[in-house]
Amino acid sequence: MTTLALEARQAALHRMLESRMAEEKIQELFLANLIRGTTHLSPGQEACAMGTAAALRPGDTVTCTYRGHHHAIALGVPLRRLMAEMMGKASGSCGGKGGSMHITDASVGLLGANAIVGGQIPIALGAALTAQVKGTGAVAVTFFGEGATNIGAFHEALNMASVWKLPVLFMCENNLYGEYSVWNKTTPVQDIAVRAASYAMPGVIVDGQDAEAVYGAASEAVARARAGDGPTLIELKTYRFRGHSRTDMAPYRPAGELDEWLKRDPIEILKARMIADGQLDEVEFEELSRAAETAVMDAVEWARSEPFPTLEEMTKDIYYESAGA
Amino acid sequence: MTEITYREAVVRALADEMAADPNVVFFGEDVAEAGGVFKVTPGLLERFGPVRVRDTPISEQAIIGTALGAAITGLRPVAELMFADFIPVAMDQIVNQVAKYRYMSGGQFIVPLTIRAAQGGGNGFGTQHSQCAESWLMNFPGLKVVSPSTPADMYGLLRGAIREDNPVIVLEHKGLYNLKGELPDDAGPLPLGQAKVVRAGRDVTIVTSQLMLHRSLEAADALAKDGIECEVIDVRCFAPLDSATILASLAKTNRIVTVEEAPHSAGWGGDIASLAATEGAYWLAAPVKRVNMGGALVAYSPPLEDEVLPNVSRIAREVKAVMAG
Ligand SMILES: Cc1ncc(C[n+]2csc(CCOP(=O)(O)OP(=O)(O)O)c2C)c(N)n1
Ligand SMILES: [Mg+2]
Repeated sequence: MTTLALEARQAALHRMLESRMAEEKIQELFLANLIRGTTHLSPGQEACAMGTAAALRPGDTVTCTYRGHHHAIALGVPLRRLMAEMMGKASGSCGGKGGSMHITDASVGLLGANAIVGGQIPIALGAALTAQVKGTGAVAVTFFGEGATNIGAFHEALNMASVWKLPVLFMCENNLYGEYSVWNKTTPVQDIAVRAASYAMPGVIVDGQDAEAVYGAASEAVARARAGDGPTLIELKTYRFRGHSRTDMAPYRPAGELDEWLKRDPIEILKARMIADGQLDEVEFEELSRAAETAVMDAVEWARSEPFPTLEEMTKDIYYESAGA
Repeated sequence: MTEITYREAVVRALADEMAADPNVVFFGEDVAEAGGVFKVTPGLLERFGPVRVRDTPISEQAIIGTALGAAITGLRPVAELMFADFIPVAMDQIVNQVAKYRYMSGGQFIVPLTIRAAQGGGNGFGTQHSQCAESWLMNFPGLKVVSPSTPADMYGLLRGAIREDNPVIVLEHKGLYNLKGELPDDAGPLPLGQAKVVRAGRDVTIVTSQLMLHRSLEAADALAKDGIECEVIDVRCFAPLDSATILASLAKTNRIVTVEEAPHSAGWGGDIASLAATEGAYWLAAPVKRVNMGGALVAYSPPLEDEVLPNVSRIAREVKAVMAG
């Protein structure tokens, strides 16, 4: 099995902790009405993002979903700008125009989180096409849920990416639910990965709770993509520890299911492995947790004190206007 | 000066932009090896090669999503959707993704993307292959919508669209592909957003486009024999709309008629009527007249199709009524 080097393990653990704390805080801010509309949280799914990010290099790109805060943090979107975006502040990563569902930061390769189920999937093909035409060797990653694999855009994108041998990683975070519906009531196949066969690409099933397993599968797919051998569909078996969005308490889950999955917390899995390998002890882990909490609190306080955009922003950036125009 | 057809203008504009900029790529269904279902794009594959000129699967969402992803990462894609009637199949990508990508990211991207599609009736293609798409697309800030009516405009506006750093939908009228016209030797890209006074006249302004422009010009010739001088304006760009040119003409003629190849309700003529009523009311000597398809659809049967689209005699009759009013 592939393992991460010590530094990469530390980074993955650190960012998973930040992501977990950030989501806890975001939920509080939502309940306090400092974040409006809706939020879709990722606790439980952090390893999917961190393991994938560890396999990427600068120049690679990512598109993801409204449930995308963990992707943003994995890619290195600064926490302050993330929190400011949640609150609609001018210094948010999208100047406040995106919000929780649209975190975007091109400077770290995050081409955007999408609020239309499946909408982000074909967009990754375009980033991959640019890489192919220009010969940059970059890969394009797109994250989506298992529910999104029932939408047309998913199938069109897998087919076309395969025909054109585009360097794409299709990363399906199968968290068992699409909104309030358990996946096997809406999906006739046992594993999403089998859908790859229709498009003549490898379909891989991975433990999405294990950052290093995700990293291993993503690295192989990245190598294939960079070598010109085309796309891969990777199904990450995972679970969301919270409801779908907002205040959903997930009453549709069978009793005991959450408890079983909590035993497979991605943070605990990596932590235990590092302790077993003599790379971490409980005291150091506590320090890391506190550091993550401090960073999140700093980001929240900073974002709260930042100004909202001025009203001129309402009509700015609808079109690009060249300096001369 | 050389004489070319509207059809030749398309391929010449594409070839000239592809020659000028290696970042321009072109793809769509049957556009490369077959040269397009309307034989509009022959020779591009041979000249620019299979990396830059590609046939796609029949996957409208993937085509537009791919074009978007390519545009935000450094290419200048031109995507063809064959019949404009297929635009609704890709509506999520066009409306929710392409049109909003720059805005919701807070201006992180330019979206230099051109979508081409063939539209319009009069050729017996039936209800699902005869529509005009301007009115559908004018409700989405972020998009530009261009409808060339002559070979010279087709050439110049398509080149202008490809050079735009904003998404542009270029609608080609199927009924005009064989239309011949002069192309100046020094023809280059034309700026978007400018209407054109095609025929000057003092009595009444006709605002129209494409096939209806040519019919309106015929009607204007006939009306001139009765002493009615029509000023005929080719809209050319529906978004953004050149209000100034239309209002200046209304100020001169005091009467305005729209001739639209579209159903009445929420058709673009309503925007012209609104412009006249809000900003041009002072000049109006008669109520605005809209000539269009009413509440009807394009039927296959020749007499029905001939009647539903405004024809020369109906246009002349309506203009006379406005003059009498
Ligand atoms: C096209 C579209 N249909 C429906 C929705 C409403 N919706 C938002 S999230 C969601 C569930 C998606 O489930 P899945 O793909 O498994 O992702 P998850 O939320 O579990 O991460 C639905 C139906 C939407 N946003 N877009
Ligand atoms: Mg799901």
